[in-house]
Amino acid sequence: MAQIVALTGNEAVAEAMRQINPDVVAAYPITPQTELMHKFAEFHADGLVDTELVLVESEHSAMSASVGAAAAGARAMTATSANGLALMWEIVYIAASLRLPIVMAVVNRALSGNINIHCDHSDTMGCRDSGWIQLFSENAQEAYDNAIMAVKIAEDRRVLLPVMVTLDGFIISHTVERLEILQDQQVKDFVGEYRPERYLLDVDHPFTVGPLDLQDYYFEHKRQEIEAEENALPVIEEVSRAYSTLCGRGYDLIEEYRMEDADRAVVAMGSTCGTAKVVVDQLREQGEAVGLLKVRCYRPFPYDRIVAALAKVKAAAVLDRAVSFGAKGGSLYGDVRSALFSNNGHYPVKVIDYIYGLGGRDLEEEHLYKAFADLKRIVQTGRVEFEVGYLGLRE
Amino acid sequence: MATIKELAQRGDKLSPGHRACAGCVPIIAFHQVLRSAQGHVVCGCATGCMEVVTTIFPYTAWKVPFIHNAFENVAATISGVEAAYRALKRKGRVGKDIRFIAFGGDGGTYDIGLQALSGVLERGHSMLYVCYDNEAYMNTGIQRSSATPFAADTKTAPAGKVHKGKKQFPKNLTEIVIAHNVPYAAQASVSHWKDLNRKVERALAVEGPTFINVLAPCPPGWRFPQELGIEMARLAVETCFWPLYEYDHGARILNYRPKEKLPLSEWTKHQGRFRHLHRAENAHLLAAAQEEVDRRWELLVRMCEQSAGQK
Ligand SMILES: Cc1ncc(C[n+]2csc(CCOP(=O)(O)OP(=O)(O)O)c2C)c(N)n1
Repeated sequence: MAQIVALTGNEAVAEAMRQINPDVVAAYPITPQTELMHKFAEFHADGLVDTELVLVESEHSAMSASVGAAAAGARAMTATSANGLALMWEIVYIAASLRLPIVMAVVNRALSGNINIHCDHSDTMGCRDSGWIQLFSENAQEAYDNAIMAVKIAEDRRVLLPVMVTLDGFIISHTVERLEILQDQQVKDFVGEYRPERYLLDVDHPFTVGPLDLQDYYFEHKRQEIEAEENALPVIEEVSRAYSTLCGRGYDLIEEYRMEDADRAVVAMGSTCGTAKVVVDQLREQGEAVGLLKVRCYRPFPYDRIVAALAKVKAAAVLDRAVSFGAKGGSLYGDVRSALFSNNGHYPVKVIDYIYGLGGRDLEEEHLYKAFADLKRIVQTGRVEFEVGYLGLRE
Repeated sequence: MATIKELAQRGDKLSPGHRACAGCVPIIAFHQVLRSAQGHVVCGCATGCMEVVTTIFPYTAWKVPFIHNAFENVAATISGVEAAYRALKRKGRVGKDIRFIAFGGDGGTYDIGLQALSGVLERGHSMLYVCYDNEAYMNTGIQRSSATPFAADTKTAPAGKVHKGKKQFPKNLTEIVIAHNVPYAAQASVSHWKDLNRKVERALAVEGPTFINVLAPCPPGWRFPQELGIEMARLAVETCFWPLYEYDHGARILNYRPKEKLPLSEWTKHQGRFRHLHRAENAHLLAAAQEEVDRRWELLVRMCEQSAGQK
């Protein structure tokens, strides 16, 4: 019995947070995340949540307080964007190393400099190697759904890692969409209560969190963190399946959109997948065998699933909304290429990369038509004229 | 206020067998604070000597729940712990009464952690913040901090041929904290353990953010013989370099007035970091240091008298 509502992406995540009713939320404003916390603060002011709202003096303290709260045994959440995430960066790593299941909404925004408030993925990409799970959202509906699933994934005993739920700044955060929300009780039952095994407030069982960890153990602890990331893949699948049963929407690590018999595909994350679906549909109507591979779970990266999804296409274009300066293409491109060469496999698929959408530059349908046309040429000629291109750039 | 016997009988919250240097006074400060704290406490510590020597994995000297997060954020971290406590207590998931203590060195408090501390003081979290002030960044090898005394020789502000140690006078952190309108703040010294004990008990009894700045001499950092730690703390008080006073709900109270105010040189002469001050050509530096100590002391005495007059 879903309820149909019209909400912005920010409001949708705030709504999920209201239903989750976390014990502690630490918050600091930054565009385009601000409205998310405005909405949550309203819920708090109206007594709709009994969360301790800690209105800190910086994002560094927001993440620090989240670490303290989670270590103390509370369910802790926060949200940020761009420079806020960059300021948290030091503690983002610590949160994962301490295995604290914090959930954070990241409303994606270009990192300074120069200063720009609009969307790209450079902020979350900066935390790519931090040990956080990263779930990307295509629209407000998915941001809402991901926020709820994130809690359950993070707190799973096999995982115990923090989760970032991303939504594209302005594109998702500030546009009103029709979406379906669960009933409060459904969310409450789904996430359950956070019952950590060990926590600071359990004063009868004292333990030390965050010790000095030198060369004789640090490496082993990192190995355990790697294992937790590996464990997370099946857990994310499980939680996504359970949630799909609850809400009737299908969720998985990746989404293969019209990929069954596709000979060309684009690989993308976030709101761009919505645009890509429209273009794929239009091209399909024209008889073109094209598809979209949407990566929902970026970390841990679902290598096997990516390989299986791309195994049958002849050419694919990865769309990266962030640069990895000095590298060939963006990070998603690097990951996809690496997946295709894993296990000594040699897949005949030709892969290229497009950097697009930096600092909020629109990705238009015509850009994707161009990408599919480029792929068509590659399939026809067998030649890759360029490896990394740009979409929507004036050159 | 507890007797020394009572303090000795209170259970250890910090065990022996940590890795502090011989003669380390900061660890004594921790022992004194923790012995003074009764009931359940959860502690945190900023990165620095004390965190490093007490928590080398797989060992820990902490017998109470303890968290270390990073260098600049112990105040913010404990504010999260305290917020969790309020939330879980309200939801009936934590039954016990728990107090919170955040420890930070002078670097982690006066400098890089000042913002987080200020945030906590302004937000009003119930916690005691203890700054153990050893007057430099000791963990990273004795660099100057904004708590380092004027003209002290440190690795980043060395006493050389042209520049003679640190150029600035130390920040008055205790007054910066008081300016936040906290209910209770104090300055204490390990040499005056009864005073310290009373202040910790008072601070932990008060609701809201409280603060104690404890002078904690460091033998390798200050370069004095390791058996002289407590004496160095005492001389800092007797020279009025480190006045013992407290601020309790609006009133400043001078806790100790030396019978005979000793000259600053009585304190500096034992310490290698001030050796150059005792050479004839640097007499003006010592005089400048003395002048500033006198000025601050007189101002403090006046402020305390004003408080007394208002009562
Ligand atoms: C962000 C950051 N910058 C620098 C350091 C390096 N660092 C670790 S401890 C420390 C000095 C600590 O000095 P203080 O707070 O005075 O405590 P002490 O070591 O004297 O006990 C420094 C500079 C760090 N850990 N993190």
